Amino acid sequence: MNPVVEASRATALESRAYRPVGVSRLREFIEREWVFSWLILTPPVLFLLAFLGYPFFYGVYLSFFRREVAGPPTFVGFGNFVTLANDPIFWQSVGNTVKFTGAATVLKAFGGLGMALVMNQNFKFKAITRAVLLLPFIVPTVLSTVAWQWIYDPGLGLFNRLLVESGLAKTGPSWLGTPTMAMISVIIVNTWRGLPFFGISILAGLQTIPVDQHESATIDGAGTWDRFRHVTLPSLLPVILIVTTFSIILTFFDFQLVYVLTGGGPANSTHLMATYAYSLSMGAGQMGLGSAVALSMVPVLGLLLVLLTYYVRKD
Amino acid sequence: MVGELTWRKRLLGLWAPLALFSVVALFPFTWMAATSLKTNAELYDPKAMPLTIRHPSLVHYISLLQETNFLTWIANTMLVAAVATGISLLLGTMLAYPLARMRFRGAPLLAITVAVTYLVPQSLLFVPMADLIGRLKLGNTLSAVMLTYPTLLVPFIAWLLMGYFKTVPKELEEQALIDGASRWRAMTRVILPLCMPGFISAGIFAFTLAQNEFLYALLFLSRSDVRTVPIGVVGELIRGDAFYWGQLMAGALLGSVPVALIYSFFVKYYVAGLTAGAVKG
Repeated sequence: MNPVVEASRATALESRAYRPVGVSRLREFIEREWVFSWLILTPPVLFLLAFLGYPFFYGVYLSFFRREVAGPPTFVGFGNFVTLANDPIFWQSVGNTVKFTGAATVLKAFGGLGMALVMNQNFKFKAITRAVLLLPFIVPTVLSTVAWQWIYDPGLGLFNRLLVESGLAKTGPSWLGTPTMAMISVIIVNTWRGLPFFGISILAGLQTIPVDQHESATIDGAGTWDRFRHVTLPSLLPVILIVTTFSIILTFFDFQLVYVLTGGGPANSTHLMATYAYSLSMGAGQMGLGSAVALSMVPVLGLLLVLLTYYVRKD
Repeated sequence: MVGELTWRKRLLGLWAPLALFSVVALFPFTWMAATSLKTNAELYDPKAMPLTIRHPSLVHYISLLQETNFLTWIANTMLVAAVATGISLLLGTMLAYPLARMRFRGAPLLAITVAVTYLVPQSLLFVPMADLIGRLKLGNTLSAVMLTYPTLLVPFIAWLLMGYFKTVPKELEEQALIDGASRWRAMTRVILPLCMPGFISAGIFAFTLAQNEFLYALLFLSRSDVRTVPIGVVGELIRGDAFYWGQLMAGALLGSVPVALIYSFFVKYYVAGLTAGAVKG
C-alpha cells in the first residue's frame, strides 16, 4: 500500500470522529479514493470506449474485408493492404502528404518564431495586435479556404489581378491548375492558417524566460545574436519541439483544406492520405480500402506520439 | 543621432515586420468583404480595381438570407456547438478531476490514454464512424454531430482541466473532508468553483472547435435543413455557374462573424487554452 493512500486513510479515520455516529457503510465505501474516482470516471470512460475505442477497432476489422456498395462483404485478409501497396495513387498520396507536411511545418515554425520575436517587444496596442494576428487560426478553416480559392482564381482572383495590374506578368499563373503550383498553393494556405498558432505559443514561451538571464548575458558582453543563440533558443526549444510535433500531427492528417481547395487534383497531385481515404470509401464506396488507407497513417501517429511523450517527460 | 538610430531600429525590427504580418493575416478577409459588397457587374469587370468598391451593394447578403438556408445553418451550428461543448465540459471534468487529484491504481495509464486520444484525428476514424452513425439511424440528424463532436472535445478538455485542477492545493480538500464534507461536496463546492478560468478557456476553445468541424458534418449531414455553416457554404453556395463569388464571400464572412465575436470577448482565455498544452508541457 503506498504511503499517500495510507495518509489519506488516516485523515479519513480522523475525520470519522467528528461525524455523526450512524454513518452508513455504503457512504464509507463511496468515500474511498479509488471507489469515488471510478464512480465519476465511469461515464466518460464508457463514452470514449463506445465512440472512440469501438470505431477504431471496427475500422481495423473493416480493413480486412472488401465490401462494394452492393453485395455482402468478403474477408480478404491483408488483401486491401496488398492492393494499396500496388496502387500508384496511394504512394503518390503518401509522397504528397510528406511534402505538404514537411514544407508547411518548416515555414510555420520559422515564420512563427519570427512573429513571436517581433511581438515580444514593447509597443502600443499589443493585445489587439495579438488578437488580429491570431484571426487566421480562429476563423473556420473551410470559410477562409473558400476565400483563398477565390484569391487563386486564374482570371479574376486577387493574385493574378494584382500581377497583371502592376505589370509584373501578362497573365498570372494557374495557381490551382498545374500539379506543382497546386501543391505550392495548398502549402501557402496551410502556412497562412497555422503560423499564428506557432507565433502565439512561442511568444508565450518567450515570456517565461527570466529577464535577468538576458541581463547577465549582456553584462558578459553578448551581442543580440549571441543572446538569441545561447539564451533565447535553448530555453525555447522544448516549446518549439512540442508545438511542431502538434502541428505535424494536425497537418499530416489534414483533410478539409485540400478537399475544398483542389479535391486532390489536378491528376491526384495534391491528394493527401486523408482525402484519398475519403474518396475511396465515400466516393467509390470501398469502405475496406478506405479504412486501410486511414490505418496506414497509424504508425506515423504512433511515432509522433512517442516523440511527444519523450519531449514532455524530458521537460 | 542616438534618437534617430533607435527610431530606425524600431522601424526595421518592429513596425515593418509587424505591418507585414498584419497584412498577410488580414488581406483574405479584406478580399472577402470587398467581393461581398460589389455588384456582379463591378465584380466581373476586368478593368475595375480589385480592392476598391465603387458602388457598394448588399445584394449578395440579401440573396444569401432570402434564397438559401443560411440562417438555419447558423442556428444549427450554434445549437450543435453549445450542446457538444456542454456535454464535453461535463464528461471532461468527470475525467480530469480524479486523474488530477486522486491516487488510484490505473491512474497513470488512463492519463496517458487520454493524452493519446486527444491527438487522434478524425480522418483516422471517419470510415467506421460513418458506419456506426448509419447503424444507429442518426444520419441527417443534429444528434449525429452532437454525439461525435464530444469524442474530439472530451480528451482535449480533460487534458486542459487537469492542469487547472492540479494547481488547487490539496489542503483545501483535506480541510473540507475534516470538516465532515463528502468527497463529492468537496469537489463541487470547494475545488471546482476555484477553477472557473479553466472552464472558460476549455469552453471557448471547444466551442470554436465545434463550430469549425467539417469532416463529420460532411459525412453525417447531407440534407440542407440540418447542415452547419461550413458544409452549407461549401455544399450549396459553390454552384455550377461562374458568378457565385459575391454570395459565397458574403456567406463566408457572415459565417466567420459569430466565431470572431465570441473569440474577441474571450481572447485572453482562448490564448491561455491554446498555449496551455505547449508551454506547461
